[in-house]
Amino acid sequence: MPTEILMPALSPTMEEGTLSKWLVKEGDTVASGDILAEIETDKATMEFEAVDEGTIGKILIEAGTEGVKVNTAIAVLLEEGESADDISSTPKQDAKTESKSSETSEPKSDSPKAVPAQAAAPKPDRSPDWPEGTETKKQTMREALNEAMAEEMRRDGDVFIMGEEVAEYQGAYKITQNLLQEFGDKRVIDTPITEHGFAGIGVGAAFGGLRPIVEFMTWNFAMQAIDQILNSAAKTLYMSGGQMGCPIVFRGPNGAAARVGAQHSQDYAAWYAHIPGLKVVQPYSASDAKGLLKTAIRDPNPVVFLENEMLYGKAFDVPVMDDYTVPFGKARIWREGDDVTIVSFGIGMTYAMEAAEKLAEDGISADVIDLRTLRPIDYDTVIASVMKTNRCVTVEEGWPVASIGNHLSAVIMERAFDYLDAPVINCLGKDVPMPYAANLERLALTSTKEVLDAVHKVTYR
Amino acid sequence: MAAQKKASKSNASADELKAYYHDMLLIRRFEEKAGQLYGMGLIGGFCHLYIGQEAVVVGLEATAEEGDKRITTYRDHGHMLACGMDPNGVMAELTGRRDGYSRGKGGSMHMFSKEKHFYGGHGIVGANVPLGAGLAFSDKYRGNDRVTFTYFGDGAANQGQVYETFNMAKLWDLPVIFVIENNQYAMGTAQKRSTSSPELYKRGEAFGIPGEAVDGMDVLAVKEAGEKAVAHCRSGKGPYILEIKTYRYRGHSMSDPAKYRTRDEVQKMRDEKDCIEHVRDLLLTGKHATEDDLKAVDKEIKKIVNASAEFAKDSPEPDPAELWTDVYAETAPQNA
Repeated sequence: MPTEILMPALSPTMEEGTLSKWLVKEGDTVASGDILAEIETDKATMEFEAVDEGTIGKILIEAGTEGVKVNTAIAVLLEEGESADDISSTPKQDAKTESKSSETSEPKSDSPKAVPAQAAAPKPDRSPDWPEGTETKKQTMREALNEAMAEEMRRDGDVFIMGEEVAEYQGAYKITQNLLQEFGDKRVIDTPITEHGFAGIGVGAAFGGLRPIVEFMTWNFAMQAIDQILNSAAKTLYMSGGQMGCPIVFRGPNGAAARVGAQHSQDYAAWYAHIPGLKVVQPYSASDAKGLLKTAIRDPNPVVFLENEMLYGKAFDVPVMDDYTVPFGKARIWREGDDVTIVSFGIGMTYAMEAAEKLAEDGISADVIDLRTLRPIDYDTVIASVMKTNRCVTVEEGWPVASIGNHLSAVIMERAFDYLDAPVINCLGKDVPMPYAANLERLALTSTKEVLDAVHKVTYR
Repeated sequence: MAAQKKASKSNASADELKAYYHDMLLIRRFEEKAGQLYGMGLIGGFCHLYIGQEAVVVGLEATAEEGDKRITTYRDHGHMLACGMDPNGVMAELTGRRDGYSRGKGGSMHMFSKEKHFYGGHGIVGANVPLGAGLAFSDKYRGNDRVTFTYFGDGAANQGQVYETFNMAKLWDLPVIFVIENNQYAMGTAQKRSTSSPELYKRGEAFGIPGEAVDGMDVLAVKEAGEKAVAHCRSGKGPYILEIKTYRYRGHSMSDPAKYRTRDEVQKMRDEKDCIEHVRDLLLTGKHATEDDLKAVDKEIKKIVNASAEFAKDSPEPDPAELWTDVYAETAPQNA
């Protein structure tokens, strides 16, 4: 049967084009790869090659014809033994790209999308993080993170850590202290200063089935590696139809330290929380740092674990348990109150807690919620609290545009609009690069005073 | 076509030559069909064809053993067919259907097969190079003697992360073969316009990584060099670089107007250096096969390729619910 040669789509967006010139005429024999015609698309003039071999039986569209729709028959190719007489006089309809389209019903989603405001009050999981009566000890976040990694490395031989100064130097911030001594240099690996490269090697090792912990000396330097975190780690499970997982933890200090200037002081919480495929953790307390890091190492997905240098030395109660883990997506309520909801995470919690203390003295009681994980976010705990207090203030060190606070404000508006007695206020870092001068740096960060002012504003007190 | 003057003296067996002929022809016919389906609008987006470069991946796959890994960039259809992935599954992914290797969610540039140890199919130029070294790291960590073939192009060879990777790969003696498929054009930029020193196989010298240049239009030469590289890696000596000089006949992607090179240049390569014609010639002049034998192979391949196209057209689009699956894994992946 004669083969129709169809007007080709020569770019992802082409719908029609001009058949500028035929380079063959009727009766010519062509082989695969021979140029048949020149076609002008929306972008360029392209040569159109033959795929099959045969003889040009008939040219259906004249050279110079404009607006030829993709998939229109433009010529007829005859195979060996066929003649022009075989060409049927009634041209076939344009070959349609018949795609067996499935019904385009709205897919079901569990994701945090628009939910009508009349949604029932959520019932968040408020079980305690550790059983009542468990012994606790005072531990710094530094010790807790170190213990979490050591415990997981003892539990699973596929867990290893790599990064700058993690081994012989014992960690630029001493988070990996003594790991080299216990686990040896096969599992505690000093890398050159080459974030893009070693992040990629870590992701590849995770594709290969290992469970790497990649330490960035600070998250500022992970900007060099962000392509590997997003394009390779976060997306590959999806792009592979579920075949290729990436169980990896990227961790290190995030946000402003003290007086280190613009390039070393930035909060990446909102950046990474934006990315489907990643899980994002930012602990405030030592017990959460420990329990969440252990969960992160066991998670089959890539986890961005954002620590804070200013909190490394701060001591908290940590339960004395053989295997203490904290689940992702479950916020922690540090104080309960009726007048206002203060939502924060990471170092923002220090301002939130100080403010709540002061507010209590003035007779204003606050729910203080520590999100702990920013992907997934425990929306239910926030919404349930706002439905009780009718007021909300968010606190974080990141920049204003597209901040976590902005996002929460939108979710609260969608899910609890009728419960709000005042607009939600976001306490944020200022919209400037971090300055070096001590006074300017203080001004650039949010503060306890800003939180207090915001609470007074939303409570009209 | 004239026999190639520098064709390696063939001590390859008839079976070996026939296998190369079959595998290279399969890739070529598959790619031609993919180009055709693209023209019909059945394949969308970007589609980078491997036509011309078939000897590279077929020659190297001939040196691989079970458990060896491979990873490449977005010009990946040939690699998938050469490592034994099912043409139906590859073509159905190209058409974005549910029976594709990534269930329609990856497309031409993002396909994977855990079973065949094919780790993609990556769309960011150069990014697969550290990933390949990481795969090799996982084998070294486990103490086995598997190797990873990490393919990239002459364009990627100018990316910074490639050199970060070279440094660590040698520092830790990772069993990775860096295969630079030098097809002479980074998209539309000729190598001489983008690259200060054209000898890419020497790019590992500063790191102590041995390398060699190979005629990529000669599948036997590729195989021979591959054997050397594999032996080096398997014996624990660390990485190896193969710069395989090849040529792509088609544009960078389907929408490439090819104004940066002459039609004569392409035609000359096709006429004088074609990797499939070369093996065809060896088979015929060595009396390993008759014209009729080869016609039968052509016919068989045409059948496979046509069947894959039919399969890819008939497979339904993914269920809308697939939009939300595979964003997160519930359980840990099995070790590859």
